[in-house]
Amino acid sequence: MNGNQFPADGQGKNQMWKTSDKVTHHTLEKKLNRWGWIFVSLSAVLISVFVFIPMVGALIMSFQTGKGVNAHFGGLTNYIRLFTDQTVGKALGNTFIYLIIQVPIMIVLALIISVLLNDDKLKGRTFFRIAIFLPCITSLVSYSLIMKNIFSNDGIFNQMLAHIGLSPILWTTDPFWAKVLIIISITWRWTGYNMVFYLSGMQGIEPSIYEAAEIDGANAVKKFTHMTIPLLKPIILFTTITSTIGTLQLFDEVQNITQGGPANGTVTISQYIYNLCFKYTPNFGYACAVAFIVVILIVILSMIQMKVGGKDNQ
Amino acid sequence: MKRNKTLSVLKYIFLAVLSAVSIFPFFWMIISATNTAAEVNAGKLTFGAHLAENLSSLFHSDLHFGASVGNSMIIALITTVLALLISSVAGYGFEIFRSKARDRVFNILLLSMMIPFCALMIPLYRMFGAAGKAGLTGIGLNTLFSVIMPSICTAFLIFFFRQNAKSFPKDILEAARIDGLNEPRIFIHMYVPVMKSSYAAAAIVTFMSSWNNYLWPLVALQDPQKRTVPLILSAMGSSYTPDYGMIMAGIVIATLPTGILFFMMQKQFVAGMIGSVK
Repeated sequence: MNGNQFPADGQGKNQMWKTSDKVTHHTLEKKLNRWGWIFVSLSAVLISVFVFIPMVGALIMSFQTGKGVNAHFGGLTNYIRLFTDQTVGKALGNTFIYLIIQVPIMIVLALIISVLLNDDKLKGRTFFRIAIFLPCITSLVSYSLIMKNIFSNDGIFNQMLAHIGLSPILWTTDPFWAKVLIIISITWRWTGYNMVFYLSGMQGIEPSIYEAAEIDGANAVKKFTHMTIPLLKPIILFTTITSTIGTLQLFDEVQNITQGGPANGTVTISQYIYNLCFKYTPNFGYACAVAFIVVILIVILSMIQMKVGGKDNQ
Repeated sequence: MKRNKTLSVLKYIFLAVLSAVSIFPFFWMIISATNTAAEVNAGKLTFGAHLAENLSSLFHSDLHFGASVGNSMIIALITTVLALLISSVAGYGFEIFRSKARDRVFNILLLSMMIPFCALMIPLYRMFGAAGKAGLTGIGLNTLFSVIMPSICTAFLIFFFRQNAKSFPKDILEAARIDGLNEPRIFIHMYVPVMKSSYAAAAIVTFMSSWNNYLWPLVALQDPQKRTVPLILSAMGSSYTPDYGMIMAGIVIATLPTGILFFMMQKQFVAGMIGSVK
């Protein structure tokens, strides 16, 4: 459609050099086609070597038992072990809690902020936008350590609570509050990131649509639920899928804020895989089997989201 | 009318609270970097005079923080240059010379974005480990090579450059081809200069994700001298009695490059982040 044909331009010439042009056109296209493959080949090789081949390697390893060089085919042993492993259950449970609670809170919050900031008449709009986006410039390790410090049991947050006469919250020693802390932290870091997507999507919406709706008597809530959300649907879907994939792979925050504790109360699948390989006696085969839970979950959840989100797109 | 006014006030209060919540951790980080560990623990909310002291203990700690800044910088810069080169060539190749077969290859490459890194980490670790054991010491674990290679080619960046190549004026290409320029020359002399802002945006995201990368360097770099900034900060944070004055000073240093990039090139910064959903 685009590059490898010379439609409009070639017309006039065609009549002048009827026979020879056909040949040159053909060789030119062949030449372009060859360059096309050369240009994409390095990337294709690199992605194959560093993603697809390791992926197959992980699949093969997930059927192996035994340590290191003694690894041998073990059939479904690793996969059967998954069902009796309590840490896997804990990690899956935690991940789903993060997913079900954190992702919707963040997306709704980001949407509301975006609607408010999309108003030309709003004073201090640039300041609010920069302030809310600012957490995105921190590295995951950096912000995790800041959060760990602010929310430690005798940290600044609890000191502020004490100041207004409230009892301290055991952020890092109570499994419930530890999960709340992880959710607060992720929301802090990523809401502004999602906001940027929505704001850029809203710029594509014609203001006249809203004006027409206002004339018809639609209020702010109606405009939000009946117009903004449907119009932004593809972007909301995109951010939901990326957030889901991100949450399923959660590692940096949990590793640095709570180390997965207390009593595996915040542990995630990625972290358990890391521990299986580099903290406990290495068991690569079993770790790969655990990793395939994530692969399967990502595929299933993305498919569900695309089905739900894409249903009335036509 | 009155209802509208209260609503408007509520709106400002809501945004102000959110902004305060967003900014407070930065404020806390900067304040704490100038205070002693004891003052941080006591919740001191004003600037202190211990920044130099914190920086000095940071650079003199036995965790080689100074070396880690150099390591991170070298890794992030090499990764950015290679990633931009390789991905932009591919993005150009996929968009400018489209064919059915190449579209199919593109879709397969896009699938790689769905594969979680935790599934690749173990085979990659063994792959680089095997290379090191086979005597290829320059490309085994604990080398720059092992940290850089897995991140120099991402489907995200190829997708980004392909999207941007769509806006490249096609008649310029055709004119150049008729003039007999070969494709690599067209790419270098025409495409790259026109696409400068796309390169800037892609450079920012790539630099930032490399500079901040944690899990893979944690696995690949076991040698304390070779570690990157996030690894050192994480190690400091998980010690038995963390010195938060020093750690916050370290976090300030870790945040500076991305912070400067953001405030200097806001437009490209945001364009790079949202590049894939145009």
